[in-house]
Amino acid sequence: MQVNLRIRRFNPEKDQKAWWGEYTLSDALPTDTVLDLLHRVKWEMDGTLALRRSCAHGVCGSDAVRINGANALACKTLVQRLSGGNGSATIQVEPILGLRVIKDLIVDMEPFMEHYRSVLPYFINDSPPPADGRERLQSAEDRARFDDTTKCILCACCTTSCPSFWANEKYVGPAAIVQAHRFIYDSRDEGAAERLAVVGDTFGVWRCRTNFNCTSACPRDIEVTKAIAEVKKVLATGEI
Amino acid sequence: MANVKTHTFDAVIVGAGGAGLMAALYASKNANVAVLSKLYPTRSHTGAAQGGVGAALGNMEEDRWEWHAFDTVKGSDYLADQDAVDILCQDAIEVVIELEHMGLPFDRFPNGRISQRRFGGHTNNETKKPVMRACHAADRTGHMILQTLYQQCIKQKVNFFDEFHVVDLIRVGDSIRGVVAIEIATGEFHIFHSKAVMFATGGWGRCWQVTSNAHSLTGDGAAICLRRGIPMQDMEFFQFHPTGIFKLGILITEGVRGEGGVLINGKGERFMEKYAPTIKDLASRDVVSRAIYLEIQAGNGIDGKNYVHLDIRPETVNHYFAKDGETRRITREDIEAKLPDIADFTRTYLGVDPVKDPMPIQPTAHYAMGGIPTDVEGRVILDAAKKVLPGLYAAGEAACVSVHGANRLGTNSLTDLVVFGRRAGKDMAAFCQQANLLPLPANAADEVIAEFERIRHNQGSAKMFEVRNRMQTTMTEGVSVFRTKETVSASIAELKKLRVAYQDVGVQDKGKVFNSELLEAWELGCLLELAEVTAVSALTRQESRGGHARDDFPDRDDVNWLKHTLCHKVGEGEYKLDYKPVTLGRYEPKPRVY
Repeated sequence: MQVNLRIRRFNPEKDQKAWWGEYTLSDALPTDTVLDLLHRVKWEMDGTLALRRSCAHGVCGSDAVRINGANALACKTLVQRLSGGNGSATIQVEPILGLRVIKDLIVDMEPFMEHYRSVLPYFINDSPPPADGRERLQSAEDRARFDDTTKCILCACCTTSCPSFWANEKYVGPAAIVQAHRFIYDSRDEGAAERLAVVGDTFGVWRCRTNFNCTSACPRDIEVTKAIAEVKKVLATGEI
Repeated sequence: MANVKTHTFDAVIVGAGGAGLMAALYASKNANVAVLSKLYPTRSHTGAAQGGVGAALGNMEEDRWEWHAFDTVKGSDYLADQDAVDILCQDAIEVVIELEHMGLPFDRFPNGRISQRRFGGHTNNETKKPVMRACHAADRTGHMILQTLYQQCIKQKVNFFDEFHVVDLIRVGDSIRGVVAIEIATGEFHIFHSKAVMFATGGWGRCWQVTSNAHSLTGDGAAICLRRGIPMQDMEFFQFHPTGIFKLGILITEGVRGEGGVLINGKGERFMEKYAPTIKDLASRDVVSRAIYLEIQAGNGIDGKNYVHLDIRPETVNHYFAKDGETRRITREDIEAKLPDIADFTRTYLGVDPVKDPMPIQPTAHYAMGGIPTDVEGRVILDAAKKVLPGLYAAGEAACVSVHGANRLGTNSLTDLVVFGRRAGKDMAAFCQQANLLPLPANAADEVIAEFERIRHNQGSAKMFEVRNRMQTTMTEGVSVFRTKETVSASIAELKKLRVAYQDVGVQDKGKVFNSELLEAWELGCLLELAEVTAVSALTRQESRGGHARDDFPDRDDVNWLKHTLCHKVGEGEYKLDYKPVTLGRYEPKPRVY
């Protein structure tokens, strides 16, 4: 099938401003991923195209881009889902929004990582582990309580689809709150108070306007808006 | 060179997957350490590991580390060094508990302990039946390990240099002075001057066409070491995982078979009953991959094509449980809960729902058993006499201890990462405390800068992706699950041509900022060298053992070949082979039957 690919291009060493590159692939397969198409452009047509990618099956989170106006991983988006049904497809690929574009589809991830680090995204428990030298116990139910938020791969699809983040980059954003949730709801963790102080602050969860963009964007199917709501609930009620 | 920025640390760790991060946690307690990775650490391929990390916790049924050790040695087709295997299996228990203490969210048994499941080749040595040894967190155990270790590194304020691509090792005689790296965002070269260097850069599955490996797995660390005079050990042993998604190669965890999934051929037969009567679908990976190839060769692929089915549908699994006299049964919900990512992969890429339909699978290039030779503290060794190169370390898939020998058992890759990453990190910190920082040689970065400038300004007409495709095709055709003198020789001849063609590979991108085309071209050079080393090592070993199955030498030959290969690079395209004895122990080599 024919795919008309429009890619947002910007080379800081050459371009004053971003432009649209247009590429026609006449023999794409419906089962090709958008990453396959980007690779074909890079390898066969224009080697200067810059993108991040690694695992190519949706678990490393490198290739978050905006495809036809919605955030997704290029390697998890099949052409058949974007086709107009008439044997061809027009696909537009841009960098994710709200982070500075370095080159083509590559954005500066540092502000995103800084928000991530701000919620103390690591296990905190200063009590001595069991004297028998074995694992801390946790019931299957307690483990299930935060299962959803352990799936996060830090691709930034959620945060960079959030209008509140677009409006103010100081907002910690959905991904950082997902990380906070993963620890706040872990029955073994003792750092909830410190984390809640961060996410309960001016640029924390209350910036969320529950518009569900994050949940739609998550390639790991995490119920991001629900996780944010659960963190809000803890802040409001004091109960986990 | 004036434009090269120099940084000074006690130690540099290259690669931020499981082994690199575990080493970083330990080394940075007692030394000033920098971790350099060409990716953001959480993009590392450890995160793609699915089924579990092997440790004889015995949380549900009796298990012992000695049984784990025996299974590992048997799985290795007796090529593993048994002193290293003992350490792997003893340390595993402690390290898995340590990971739990770091917050790793393992799944839990009803009694609150870490949940464990069955995996290929893991047995109760007395009953010979499969044992629950794979500690898991759904089917994303590697993701959880990678995230947990990265989280702990943030807590401990480890120095990361993300998206710094290491391209050379600075070695002066038998001492280490640091590495050369490119800052990808700016294209600038940096020298990291240090007393010690560790490579934890993973494997090189991208030498083959169908692989479970990430695009970034181009064997950089191994190739750099090879170029700097370090031999590569046991490169002929590359694991083909039996269950990759047809054509795509994406891994489907052995955990599927651990939960009861079975392999079915085009005649509807559970064919593993023929090849491994006792543990059937849970035989070692080399055994299962060969069985699939033989079925396909005999015309028993699905519709006569080159794939078979992996079936986890409850009706199929429960039918075989009943037939085998097992009491357990599985439900649709069990599959969704225990194998959510697998279900997601097959739904996304194949439109196949594994609770309703069988999954089309074929063997996929998966794991390098061989690599940079080390001792049990992760110290790199230079020769058959095990002479250590002080200050140089390797761990994880890039390294060869050797605990996997000729074939790695499922779950032992994650075990290897955390066990030997930890040991290497500790030893490296101790080394740094007593070693002096030796001066950098003049113009330490010039040689590799010149190579990059050569590629950048090359006017040649060869296309990078075409050379890479030809390499991947020739490795898939000639140095795959089965090989013969003829197929391997043909591959070597083609690889030699490709080495020449590579000199004509140019790039369109002449810029500095994020010039990933230039880096990809350099990575291809690494892959080509490792492919050639693999083929040369495979041609010489005239026996079949583990992942190295020679049709023309179908039997294992302990008299002549119970030894490790060491392949030295002695010139461009010239290699010299040498051999190192296997360290035996309590398990005498025996015929391998599952």
